[in-house]
Amino acid sequence: MLAVESVSKRFGGLMAVDNASLALEPGGIIGLIGPNGAGKTTLFSMISGFVAPSDGRILFEGTDITGEEPHRRAERGIGRTFQIVQPFAGLTVCENIAVGAYLRHARRADAIAKARDVARRVGLAAELDRPAGGLTVAGRKRLELARALATEPKLLLLDEVLAGLNPSEIRDIIPVIRGIRDEGVTILMIEHVMQAVMNLCERVYVLAQGRMIAEGKPAVVCADPRVIEAYLGHGAAARLAAEGATHG
Amino acid sequence: MTARDLIPIVVLAALAALLPLVVTSSPVMNFLVFTLIVALGAQGWNILGGFGGQFSFGHAAFFGTGAYVTAILQLRFGVNAWAGLLLAMAAGAAVAWTIGFLSFRSGLRGSYFALVTLAFAEVFRILANATAFTGGAAGLLIKLDVHPANLQFADRAVFYWLVLAFVTGVLLLTRWIQRSRFGAQLVAVRENEDAAKALGVDSLKVKLRAIALSGAVTALSGCLYAQYFLYIDAHIAYGSWISVELLLAPIIGGVGTVFGPVVGALTLHGLGELAKQFAGRIPGIDLIVFGGVLVLAVAFARGGILGLLERLRDRGRGMMTRGAKEVSHAGR
Repeated sequence: MLAVESVSKRFGGLMAVDNASLALEPGGIIGLIGPNGAGKTTLFSMISGFVAPSDGRILFEGTDITGEEPHRRAERGIGRTFQIVQPFAGLTVCENIAVGAYLRHARRADAIAKARDVARRVGLAAELDRPAGGLTVAGRKRLELARALATEPKLLLLDEVLAGLNPSEIRDIIPVIRGIRDEGVTILMIEHVMQAVMNLCERVYVLAQGRMIAEGKPAVVCADPRVIEAYLGHGAAARLAAEGATHG
Repeated sequence: MTARDLIPIVVLAALAALLPLVVTSSPVMNFLVFTLIVALGAQGWNILGGFGGQFSFGHAAFFGTGAYVTAILQLRFGVNAWAGLLLAMAAGAAVAWTIGFLSFRSGLRGSYFALVTLAFAEVFRILANATAFTGGAAGLLIKLDVHPANLQFADRAVFYWLVLAFVTGVLLLTRWIQRSRFGAQLVAVRENEDAAKALGVDSLKVKLRAIALSGAVTALSGCLYAQYFLYIDAHIAYGSWISVELLLAPIIGGVGTVFGPVVGALTLHGLGELAKQFAGRIPGIDLIVFGGVLVLAVAFARGGILGLLERLRDRGRGMMTRGAKEVSHAGR
């Protein structure tokens, strides 16, 4: 459904994303992990249309969307959340979600009904009439999710929706994400909370210094020496293996 | 829109329509007509500035276009004044759309957008002042020919009702915007443009629609100004005084609200007139009052008079419920 083909992004002398590719089939939750500064968010921005790639192309359902504006991609069915939450602070929670719902429902009554429905699904039903600016961090993350969901996406890009949440809040939101998957939405998520990645993702891609270095089942990928070295530095894999052997 | 959305507008308009039956003095009627014309222009500003968050410092460009198009069409081409009114609105929308296209396409926001609009208005002022076609520095005098077909009325009250009808029409339009998809998307762009885009909002299209609508309404107020006073020159039509008036009224009254521009215009001009009554010998006393009110509004009433009233009402309601609780406790 989504194909990213040898995409690169250069910011001046910095290669933020270097010849990265990924391919998603419909359905399932796919993770995108990697150390800080690996280029994950830049890759997301290129998929959602906020950053133009310097090279390569992006296909969605077989159509080349590389040059399309973000709103066109949202119409096609690509939804995204922002790592730094971006609520419409002056509006209520309901109005926030309704902006997303208006994409597919022109009438106000329909959009509001859709917004209420989505709010219930992500657990914001009690906050509907509160100003979005007054939500807790966990509430804002849920709002990001709700707004993107209200656009009825086929592909949902989640940029660290779990970051900044405490363990019990994470436990609460994981079933929500799984529920979205079960309704047939394909999810690509950037995540640092490894417990959640292991728990949720069927497959993960690993990005390090702009390059895609590994891909596969989470358990396999996490044991991959290249991945361990990307996170912990050169020689770390060998050291861990040696320690493992002595302890074993 | 539900009945609850419409009733306040209809009731207030009906009450305002009764005023000329009570007030007959012509200075007061003059004051009311002028204030409503400013309110109408301010309503135009509010569509773009209040709902869209794009603060224009140059709405004179649209006000003046409305005034000049009306005057020139009648004087030079013999076009009927009512047709002129419609064409003036179309011209205002076209000028606004063009300015919007040039600045929004290049991604201008905030103070940069404000400066560009200011510059456009100044260019128009200088051009209108220098060109013979627009009457140059002498300005344009619309021929006095009192007849309803010429949009000139023997009775000031009729003109008052006409302007009031337009103001009411724009109040309804604004209420519709507030309740529509277009309005939701416009406010979303104001609050956070990137988030809006991610939700499928075509921000350029939404902003262009808003500025065109805004330009048409403000041009209408310029046209009515020209028809009422029957004289315009570059300084009146394109002067920065009107740009300032049109943005002050909504800011004082309540930016991004339906009634804000009207409340603001009435407050400002009401206070200005009072000051002139009591201290008329001091030149520019009304401007000093404007300045004072603006400082007060910015310092103590963010969200304008309507915002302040809402906060007071909420506080009052809080006290009421607390009081009710105490009563019910005492009852037990």
